[in-house]
Amino acid sequence: MVSKIDSALQFNRTVLNLRSARQELIASNIANVDTPNYKAKDIDFAKTLQGAMSGNTVKLQMAGTVPHHLSSGTGENVMGAPVMFRNVVQPSADGNTVDMDVERAQFADNALRYEASVKFVDNQIKNVFTALQG
Amino acid sequence: MSLFNIFNISGSAMAAQSQRLNVVASNLANVDSTTSANGQPYRSKQVMFSTTPMGDGGGAGVKVSGVVESTAPMKMLYDPKHPMADEKGYVTMPNVNVVEEMVNMISSSRSYQNNVEVMNTSKSLLLKTLSIGQ
Repeated sequence: MVSKIDSALQFNRTVLNLRSARQELIASNIANVDTPNYKAKDIDFAKTLQGAMSGNTVKLQMAGTVPHHLSSGTGENVMGAPVMFRNVVQPSADGNTVDMDVERAQFADNALRYEASVKFVDNQIKNVFTALQG
Repeated sequence: MSLFNIFNISGSAMAAQSQRLNVVASNLANVDSTTSANGQPYRSKQVMFSTTPMGDGGGAGVKVSGVVESTAPMKMLYDPKHPMADEKGYVTMPNVNVVEEMVNMISSSRSYQNNVEVMNTSKSLLLKTLSIGQ
């Protein structure tokens, strides 16, 4: 019974972990908006979730543009998925690739989806309570 | 827990931006200071930001790597009656560019506000996570 509750909650637990990791990455981008030569980072959420659900913790090889940024393997992985650089739309003179509009939109989007997952977990637990108490 | 690390990331950015604002205030206050602590006219100061790793999830904060004095040429003002005037009647005035400083001020205050928003969002996400199952 308990292991079934655990496996029922596992998907949303993984989603929440991944969402909070992505939230941290986007917060880093927003924090470094004025740092010269900082490159905006993000993960491919769908691929990372698929990898995490299938238990794929193999460190994938990153494809990048700046070798010394990418050489550190463990620091630049989120749950086994590679952290990638955002494509530059409007490059700035100081080499910074953070686009505040994109980052704020992604931050709000990610926060909303995190809240949705919290609600899903909440409802699942409430369902279990309903089943227990009648 | 990634969401807690966002407090560190945004906090470091807020500290860095407020130091930048501090330097702007110092530059604007000393726009007419013909003598500074070392006896020379005041030189405009600028902060340098650099990225610093924070947490183990690929998050990156900001730190002020140093405060440098501007190497821009000093402004020369013709005022023979001024006590600091040289033999030709010119006074060396600080190389503070008021327009640049005002732009810096707006930029840093907006970045600061952005990081406050990020922190508030993370806080509300954490509070909602705490209320799961209640």
